[in-house]
Amino acid sequence: MRDLPPQFQDWFATKGWGIHPHQQDMLDRADAPALLLIAPTGGGKTLAGFLPTLVDLAQNDHKGLHTLYISPLKALAADIKRNLTTPLTEMDLPIRIEDRTGDTSQTRKRRQRADPPHILLTTPESLALLTSYEDAPRMFHGLKRVVIDEIHALADSKRGDQLMLALARLQTLCPDLKRVGLSATVEDPAAIAHFMARHPDPCPILLADPGPPPDIQVLHTTEAPPWAGAGAAYAIPAVLDQIRKHKTTLIFHNTRAQAEIFFHKLWLANDDSLPIGIHHGSLDRTQRERVEAAMVRGDLRAIVCTGSLDLGIDWGDVDLVIQIGAPKNVKRLVQRIGRANHRYNAPSKALLVPANRFEVVECVAALEAVLAGELDGDPRGPGPRDVLCQHILITACAGPFEADALFAEVTSAGAYAALTRAQFDACLDFCATGGYALRAYDRWQRLLLKDGKWHLRDPRSAQRIRMNIGTIQDTDTLKVRMKRNRGGKPLGEIEEGFAATLTAGDTFLIGGQIVKYEGLREMTVEVSRDSAKKPRVASFMGTKFATSTQLSARVQRMFTQDSWPELPSHTAQWLELQRQVSQLPQPGRLLVESFPHDGREQTVIYGFAGRNGQQTLGLLLTKRMEALGLGPLGFVATDYATLIWGLSPVDDPDTLLDPSTLYEGLDIWLAGNAVMKRTFRASATIAGLIERNTPQARKSGRQATFSSDILYDTLHKYDPEHLLLDITREEALRGLVDFGRIEEMLNRIGGRIDHRKLARVSPLSAPMFLEMGRVPVKGDAEERLLAQEAQRLMEASGLANITPAPSNKPRWRVGF
Amino acid sequence: MNLGYEFQLFNARLQALGSGALWWPDRKLICVSDLHLGKSERIARRGGAALPPYETHDTLTRLADDLERTGAQCVVCLGDSFDDVHAAMSLPAQEQHWIARLQAGRRWIWIEGNHDPGPLDLGGSHQNELRLGPLTFRHIAAIPSQGEISGHYHPKATLALGGRTVSRPAFLFDSDKLIMPAFGTYTGGLHSTSEPLRSIMQNDAYAILTGPRPTAIPMPR
Repeated sequence: MRDLPPQFQDWFATKGWGIHPHQQDMLDRADAPALLLIAPTGGGKTLAGFLPTLVDLAQNDHKGLHTLYISPLKALAADIKRNLTTPLTEMDLPIRIEDRTGDTSQTRKRRQRADPPHILLTTPESLALLTSYEDAPRMFHGLKRVVIDEIHALADSKRGDQLMLALARLQTLCPDLKRVGLSATVEDPAAIAHFMARHPDPCPILLADPGPPPDIQVLHTTEAPPWAGAGAAYAIPAVLDQIRKHKTTLIFHNTRAQAEIFFHKLWLANDDSLPIGIHHGSLDRTQRERVEAAMVRGDLRAIVCTGSLDLGIDWGDVDLVIQIGAPKNVKRLVQRIGRANHRYNAPSKALLVPANRFEVVECVAALEAVLAGELDGDPRGPGPRDVLCQHILITACAGPFEADALFAEVTSAGAYAALTRAQFDACLDFCATGGYALRAYDRWQRLLLKDGKWHLRDPRSAQRIRMNIGTIQDTDTLKVRMKRNRGGKPLGEIEEGFAATLTAGDTFLIGGQIVKYEGLREMTVEVSRDSAKKPRVASFMGTKFATSTQLSARVQRMFTQDSWPELPSHTAQWLELQRQVSQLPQPGRLLVESFPHDGREQTVIYGFAGRNGQQTLGLLLTKRMEALGLGPLGFVATDYATLIWGLSPVDDPDTLLDPSTLYEGLDIWLAGNAVMKRTFRASATIAGLIERNTPQARKSGRQATFSSDILYDTLHKYDPEHLLLDITREEALRGLVDFGRIEEMLNRIGGRIDHRKLARVSPLSAPMFLEMGRVPVKGDAEERLLAQEAQRLMEASGLANITPAPSNKPRWRVGF
Repeated sequence: MNLGYEFQLFNARLQALGSGALWWPDRKLICVSDLHLGKSERIARRGGAALPPYETHDTLTRLADDLERTGAQCVVCLGDSFDDVHAAMSLPAQEQHWIARLQAGRRWIWIEGNHDPGPLDLGGSHQNELRLGPLTFRHIAAIPSQGEISGHYHPKATLALGGRTVSRPAFLFDSDKLIMPAFGTYTGGLHSTSEPLRSIMQNDAYAILTGPRPTAIPMPR
C-alpha cells in the first residue's frame, strides 16, 4: 500500500475525511498501463483519478505537461478545475491546472502550446486538434498520465472512437503513458476496458462500493396526466411543491423544446418567485455560464435542464432530481439520479413525472428495472471508418507519416483492433484521392506519397481540416439576438429549419422568454421582446433516446395482464379503454390499427421490435405502400410501434406484411431513403468530404452551398461501390435499421395479424403523434399534395387575373 | 405540345421544363443557366474536399436528354457555365468531345457569367448578352428590364404542404422578366424570400417549381 504524502494526510484530516478504499486502490496501482474505475457519482471518483498525479507532482519535479484530463463536456472541465484548485491551494502545491476547450481564447490557447500546464483539462475535440499541430511532440513531451472522465458516455459515441485514436497517437509520442478511465455504473465494464486500453494491454477494473440503492418514485399528483402530450403541464403545481421542499432540484427533460415549454409554464405559476434557471445546449454560452455560476453559489432553487447537465458535474447541494417524461433508457436514468445527494453513502432521491399515460406505464417499468438492477445498452460495434478517415487527415496535418506505422498505431485502439489492412488502405486512398472509380484528381490529390511518406499536397488545407475536426453532428443553427442598434444581447440558437418557417411577427420561446421574430441579418436571427400568449416552440434537435430492450419487454408483458394494481387508477382505466375501443397487443400476434387523423390516413403497427426494428418496418411498409399506390407521406418509429401516415387508408395489412413481397426492390428503396441520406450526411462530414466550416464560410449567401443529398445521389448513381456508401450502409445498420428484429417479429406472429379499423385515434396510439424523428417519404404523394396546394394558392391569390396570366391551369401532360 | 409549364413573357410563349431548362418552341431554342461544369475540379484544386467527380457528366446527360426531347436547334447557356475559366480549360477530353457532339448542327451561344468571363476554347459563340425578338438573355438581371431572361441567383422556392415543406429550384417570373434556376448538378439555391430576389421581383411574380411536374405558385416572399 502506498502512503499518502504528509500534506495530503493533513489535508484529509482537516476536512475530517478518510481516503476511500477505491482511491487508495487507484494510488496503489498507479503504474498499471490502463485502469478502469467504476464508481457511483459522488464517490470521489475524480479525486481517485487525479490522486496518483497529485502525489507524483507533489513529490517530484516535473517540467511541462504531466496529466491530460478528458471529459465529454466543456462545463465539466471548468468544474473540475474549480474543484481541484481548492485542495491544491489549501495544500499549497505548486501545480498548474488549466482547461482548454472550444471556449478558451486564442491567446491562451497559443500560450498553452508553448508553455503547457502540469494538468490540462480538455475535450476529445480539443485534444484531436492539439494532435494535429506540428509541435504536438514538443507539447506532449513528458506526458505521463491521461484521465478519461465519464468514459461510459464517450464510449457510446464516435467521440470516444476519435479520442482513442488520438490516444494511440499520444502513446506513440509518449510510450509510457498510463491510462485511467472513470465510469459510472455500466452493464458491461469489460467492453469499456477493451475500448480504452492500448490493444492488447490488459485493463484491470476496480469496482467502488455502489452505495445505497436510490430512493426513486413516481410523483403523485392529484391531477391525472393527459392521454397524449409531452409537456407535463398538469404536474406543475406538484413540481413547485417539491422545489419548495428541497434545497436544490434538478428538473431533467428529454428534449430542449420540452425544457423551454416547461420552464415557461413553471415561471408563470411561480407565485413565490422562487429562483429557477434554465440550462440547455442551445442557449448562449454567457447565459449558460451565468446559470452555472448562480448554481455554484447556491442561489438557485431549481434548474430546468437537458442532457447538457447530465454528466457528473459536482454542484454540491442538489438534493432532488426530477425526471419529466419517461426515462427512455434505464442506464441514463440511474446516471441522472446520481446527481442528487452528492454525498457518498446517502441514498439519492429522484421523482419521475410521466407526461402522459403511456409514460406512466414506461415509468413504472423503468422503476422495476432499476430496482432489479438491470442496465441496458447495445454492444459496441467495430470502430467507425468515417472517424478513421478524419484521423488520417488529422495525422497528415501534424506532418508526413508512413502508412505502415499509422496502421500499427490505429489498430492499437481497441475498437480498431480488428481493422484489416485493406480497409485501412481504402480509407487512406479516400483521404488522398477521393477514392473514386474515376481517377479525376491525380493533379489535386489531398495527400501525396513522397519518399515513402504521405503528406499534404497543399499545406493550406491543414487549416480547413482543423476547422472541421470533430464527430458531433449538430444540425445547422442560427444565432438569436435582441435587435438593437449595435447588436443586442445573444440569446441562443435555433435550428435553421425552424428559422426558415418564421415570418416577421411570429413569436417563439427561447431561454424561457417569449420573443418576436424581426428578421434575419447576416445569418443572425433578430428578435424583440414580446408578450404573446401562445408562442411557437423553437424546434431543437433533441437527443433521441432509444428505450432499452428490457424496458420494451417489460411494457409488453404489462399489456397482457388482466388488471394493473401497480399502476395509478387513471392509467389502468386508460388501458381498459384501449381494450374497449380497440385491443391491447397480444404476444404471438401483431396489432395493426388504422384510422383517419389530422387529414391523413394513419396506420399503427405494434411490433415491439425496438426503435431500429420499428424504423426498418417503417421503411419496408412505406415502400410497399408506395408500390400499391397508397401515397405514404412518412413514418415515425418508437420502441414499440411504427406510425405511418399517407393519403389512402390501409385496408389489407396482411398483403402489406406478406414476407414474400416485403423485401422486393428493397435495395433501391433503401438507397433513396431519407434515413440513408441522413446517415450519409453525417459520415461524409466526419470523413472530410463535406466541410461544415470553410475559411470563407457563409460570406456568399446560401446559393454557394448545395445539399449533401445531391452528393449522395450522384455517388449512388455513378460510383455505387464507393467507400463512403459502404460506410453509410454499415453506419445505418449499426444505429438505424435492424432487419434481424423484423425477421424475428414476422416469425413470431406467423401471419396472425389483428387489424382494427377505427374512427379516430386510439388511446394507445395517441402518444405516437408526439414522437420526434419523423421520416418523410418522398414519392408520388408529395407530387399530388404539391399540385393541390399550388392550385389552391393560385386561386386564392387572384394573381391568375393579372397579365401575363399563366396558361390556364397548371399543365403537366408530359412528365419525366 | 407542352413539355413543361407554359407561360408568356412579352408575347413569347415559353415553357419551363421540370429539369430547370427553358424551352422556346417558336424559336426551337433551349436555355440553361448556371451549369457550373467542373465544380468538383475547382474545389479540389483549391485544396478543398474531393467531391464525387461526376457532376459534369450528370449535368451534360440531363442537358442531352432535354435537347433530344425538345429537338432544340439553338442552345443558350446563360452564364456561369463553368465554375471558373480554369475549370473550362481543364475539362477532360471526353467531356469536351461530348460538348462538341451536342453542339454539332446547333447554334450554340455561351453568355458570359461572373464565374466564366472571357471567350472559351470551346465551340459556339461567346456573347455578353443576346437579343432575340422581344427577349434579352443575360447572366445577371439588369434593373429595370423588359423581356429579360437571366440566371445567376439560383432561385429556389419553398412550399408548405401540411406538415412538411418542399423546397425546389424554381423559375421566377413577373411581367417584365424571368430568372432561371441553376441547371448544374452541384448547385444550391437562394430562397425566393431572400434579398435581393424579393426586391428584384415585382409583386405579381410567380415561382415555377421544378420537378416531375413543374408547378406554378405565387412567388413566396
